Amino acid sequence: MLFALLIILAASALLGYRVISGVPPLLHTPLMSGMNALSGITVIGAVAVFATVPPEAGAWAAAALVLAMVNVAGGFWVTERMLRMFRGKERESEVEDIPWQ
Amino acid sequence: MAVTILLAVIILSGFIWGIRLMQSPRTALWGNRLGALSMALAVIWAFLAAGDGGAPGRIPTALVLAGVGAAAGIALGQAVKMIHMPQTVALLNGLGGAASALVAWAAVLAYGGQVEAQIFWATSGIATAAGALTLGGSLIAGTKLQGLAFQRPYQVPGHGYILRLLLLVCGFFIALNMAFQGLFSTSYVPLIALLGLLAGVCMALRIGGADMPIIISLLNSLSGVAAAVTGLAVENLILTGTGALVGVAGLILTRIMCRAMNRSLLVVLTGFTPPARPQVSPETEPPAGVKPPLPVAEAEREREKDSPAAERSGEAGAAPAASREAGEEPAAAPAGAHGEAGEAGGVGEDAAAAPAGETSLSEDRLPALLQEAARVVIVPGYGMAVAQAQQAVRQLVDALEQRGKEVKIAIHPVAGRMPGHMNVLLAEAGIDYEKLLDMDAVNPQFPSADLAIVVGACDVVNPAANTVEGTPISGMPILNAEQAKHVIICNLDENPGYSGVENSLYRQPHVITLWGDAAQTVPRLTTMLQENETPAS
Repeated sequence: MLFALLIILAASALLGYRVISGVPPLLHTPLMSGMNALSGITVIGAVAVFATVPPEAGAWAAAALVLAMVNVAGGFWVTERMLRMFRGKERESEVEDIPWQ
Repeated sequence: MAVTILLAVIILSGFIWGIRLMQSPRTALWGNRLGALSMALAVIWAFLAAGDGGAPGRIPTALVLAGVGAAAGIALGQAVKMIHMPQTVALLNGLGGAASALVAWAAVLAYGGQVEAQIFWATSGIATAAGALTLGGSLIAGTKLQGLAFQRPYQVPGHGYILRLLLLVCGFFIALNMAFQGLFSTSYVPLIALLGLLAGVCMALRIGGADMPIIISLLNSLSGVAAAVTGLAVENLILTGTGALVGVAGLILTRIMCRAMNRSLLVVLTGFTPPARPQVSPETEPPAGVKPPLPVAEAEREREKDSPAAERSGEAGAAPAASREAGEEPAAAPAGAHGEAGEAGGVGEDAAAAPAGETSLSEDRLPALLQEAARVVIVPGYGMAVAQAQQAVRQLVDALEQRGKEVKIAIHPVAGRMPGHMNVLLAEAGIDYEKLLDMDAVNPQFPSADLAIVVGACDVVNPAANTVEGTPISGMPILNAEQAKHVIICNLDENPGYSGVENSLYRQPHVITLWGDAAQTVPRLTTMLQENETPAS
């Protein structure tokens, strides 16, 4: 398991470095708040621990669960709000470009 | 196991693909949504997996808790204003860090008795420390950004040593935690958390306003590291991979910010200030050594002032009025409230300062300059945001474009309180993102520009960065606004920016300065443009 963990760690760091470097300064704030939302991923650790541990440890996990969820939901929501504001000349309408078109 | 790995790869690919879509403003919104979707998948998977071996009643409780958290998060995300984005990110960051530390602590409490693997004890200690560090740093950074307290860099004697000592002791207990594998006590972990928290507070306390982009990026990175290490502790692939992504993103942004500000990360964190600081304004220079907390009233004014452009000076209220009173007089003449600052600046600059008022172009030329310019570059700084002049700038842009002029907006990487902040503020005001150019793209355009309009920016256009050695901004990449044929400066006053370095641009002959609140001076430009229409030009 440790092996798999380290592989995933290295692969994510390398791939992440590549794609993140390509994000233009224009979008650095949304990038950051999006990354911020991702750091709330610790919510899944909180869920796993909360479900299995004895009550005295469960209280801490419960607190972690709530805080991480605030982080995730708040982070994605502010990012959504920000990105909706980025409109170009050709995109005055509410219709957004869909990447797979 | 195979399913776990497969799912982890799918979810991580979702995140990475989401970031890839963020490389263009056209697809970024979908990138964010893909990220959110992957996150939802990860959370659902976590619930399903936990449901198998969970204690009775836990899953419904967890669902309720998650619902409460999500609702609170969305409410918060809906409520915040765009100008408050840096402190929002700081706060959310702190919560994420706290959550990571708490998960590690709960895991130690729960599994501590049975686990002997050193990796568990090492990672749980590190995760706790990183999470607590993030929390402590973020809370202080958020407090500063919100303007609640500690507006100036605040330090106690031996600040750097205290910080190092805290980190060292924290590291020592992490090592103990690992060496004894919880044999004697699990109480190392709360101790580690406490030390980490203190170190975070200590680190952020002495960060000043303009260094905020750096510390915010760094804390972002730290929250990722905390998550990644927590993932190692509880053996969770998704947690580890995502944490690594966030950690790398934060590091990249930290590096960009450091370069753009000409600071090394070490300098920012240890508070070492470059030795020579010529031409320092007494207002903006942080005195060395002990700094008492500001009295409330002063802190109120400080909060407006502590921007890279030093848009607001101590005379925040009086200055715009004074500038208006000055009316049609030559703009650079220090009027009323500016007297003191003008003198202070003059001491270091006697030769240059004296003839400034006479040699500068007079304000009377402004309407003609605006009419004649075909290519205009606007340089906004944080001072514009402080003055809430985004809408005024947008109206100016519209007015210029209606007259067939080409308008670009030049954005310095650190114009704002976090990376890319200025872009968001201008996008919010309804300015097309195509007009927002970053430094590398816009600098070649200045020589061919007829007019550069600087709004609330000082250090980022200060030619002294290239010409004068030994100042805090020497060697810092700047926007070459001085290369434009004419430059209009709409700053609050002529005090130096955050760096404390006198701006030599203000004294140049092709520059017109229009001191005052940008929310009033920028509309004046628009009015000049509209009222002095010459029919056949």
